[in-house]
Amino acid sequence: MMLQKTYIRFFILLSVLLVVLVCVNISLGSVDIPTLEVFDSIVGSSSKSSWQYIITNYRIPKAITAIIAGGGLAISGLLMQTLFRNPLAGPFVLGLSSGASLGVAILILGAGAISGIFGAFLLGPWSLVIASALGSFLVLLAVLAVTLKVRDTMAILIIGLMFGSLTGALVAVLSYFSDAEQLQQYIFWSFGSLGNQTWQGISILSLCFFVGLLLSIYSAKSLNALLLGENYAKSMGLKIKKNMLLLILATSILAGGITAFVGPIAFIGLAVPHLTRQFIKTSNHFVLIPAVALSGAILMLVCDTIAQLPGTVYTLPINAITSLIGAPVVIWLLVRKRKLIF
Amino acid sequence: MDSFSQHTVISCHDLSIGYQNKKKVAVIASAVGFSITQGTLVALVGSNGIGKSTLLKSLTAMLPPLSGSLQIDAKEITAYSSLELSSKLSVVLTEAPASKNLTVLELVSLGRQPHTNWMGKLTQNDKDIIQQALEDTDLASLKNKNCFELSDGQLQRVYIARALAQDTPLIILDEPTTHLDLYHRAAIVKLLKKLTVEKNKTILFSTHEIDLAIQISDKMLVMTPQKIAFDSPCNLIEQGAFDVLFPNEIVVFDKKTGRFSVT
Repeated sequence: MMLQKTYIRFFILLSVLLVVLVCVNISLGSVDIPTLEVFDSIVGSSSKSSWQYIITNYRIPKAITAIIAGGGLAISGLLMQTLFRNPLAGPFVLGLSSGASLGVAILILGAGAISGIFGAFLLGPWSLVIASALGSFLVLLAVLAVTLKVRDTMAILIIGLMFGSLTGALVAVLSYFSDAEQLQQYIFWSFGSLGNQTWQGISILSLCFFVGLLLSIYSAKSLNALLLGENYAKSMGLKIKKNMLLLILATSILAGGITAFVGPIAFIGLAVPHLTRQFIKTSNHFVLIPAVALSGAILMLVCDTIAQLPGTVYTLPINAITSLIGAPVVIWLLVRKRKLIF
Repeated sequence: MDSFSQHTVISCHDLSIGYQNKKKVAVIASAVGFSITQGTLVALVGSNGIGKSTLLKSLTAMLPPLSGSLQIDAKEITAYSSLELSSKLSVVLTEAPASKNLTVLELVSLGRQPHTNWMGKLTQNDKDIIQQALEDTDLASLKNKNCFELSDGQLQRVYIARALAQDTPLIILDEPTTHLDLYHRAAIVKLLKKLTVEKNKTILFSTHEIDLAIQISDKMLVMTPQKIAFDSPCNLIEQGAFDVLFPNEIVVFDKKTGRFSVT
């Protein structure tokens, strides 16, 4: 299972595509900035300081956020599909995003109760990440616990859905008791947005991404063994419990951390691993993890570019675009292949 | 080969197997005792629900023994770590692998996992062993095919090749002949026989093909509600072990032909 030449060509192609899309993404937006000026702004010699400000403080952070969010969600989807032996697993389907939402809702809506300096401290970016990652970790742990009892792939999806409704209901109860300002803050978060990230936020986001990425690459060998099922993996000397814990840790850091900053984003985690498998014919996770991360970043940039509606002043919610693209992709794959394989 | 064959690979003594949880203990079989020497092909037979799978689960450390002694290579099975055991014992299970999107080569290569580093990097030695496993199971021409493209018979050979790539002295297979037609059932069992003779592997497999097992295997484990008999097929026929395998009203065992026939 080594990196063969065909894979290297594929990776070069993806990287070139990523660079091109980053340029396109940065060049387009509600303010029309000439392409050459965009590059001048990046090196800091733009003729207009407002353009420079837009590029360095709005568009570049947004592009970086898109890359991290797309890559991270795609990896977490891949990990879950292998871990749960289920081609339909993904952060959204299994209730991870709902878990993260619950964590954030408790934080935002609950912080209203403890007003003042302490409340403000609670709403810092770190606590948002921790609440969100903790929320998704707990949901994932619960889903996994039930999975070990009920060995049925269909049941896992239904359980994920149930956890989704359960957390949704809890959020509804919380919102009923909170005031309008907090509620607005929470609702805006739940629409999902790649923009308006501070550089501090982006560094926390990157940290989550790299910790998640390292954990998943470290787990790649056990993921390969898990492709044969738990019993085979165990017979090949794998410590199942330790490795499963590592995997759900990686998944919740990735999905939870990203959801904390950009809100719940649908379909990237589910669709990207399947799309990637169409182009790269392997199940080796040492190849799949980087390939899926690159493809996720590319797809997210495409979605974000569309969401900006180039040439207009409107920006659509990112979640709407990922669903508009992701849902037909999954349906198309199902119809064409009859069966999703992983 | 005879000088090798004296080495005992599995031995159990007064072994009790079954399931245990906090509330109750369900004993499936007790006072189990047999020992299997290296290079032997052993078939495990018994009617449905008698506990063949439970016995295999115990022998592969997926289920801890309730009491008694179960040794692999003269060491208690519970004393092995899962990594240590993975170089003694490989398995072919009835459950299909979770993913069939692997190529034959990828799936067989996974068998090297206990021997590779954290990245699963294959050395030349690993690759040689994998190639040998593919050749032994006659899969070399199929190695770049995806597993979902293969027939059941070919898939079964792939799983056996993976176990061979794991390079263990002992291989345990759970019903490797199910879903196969007569020709492919015989082909699988002959392949297992070849591996015991040529590679000095010790192979234990459970099966419903009693006729086939009587013809080819060296030893047989016959599971009945009363006891587990262990001997060579001929001796077992003499002892009448097969006569009590099933209730007598529908099928009876014919000692002369070594077959069951419908009454």
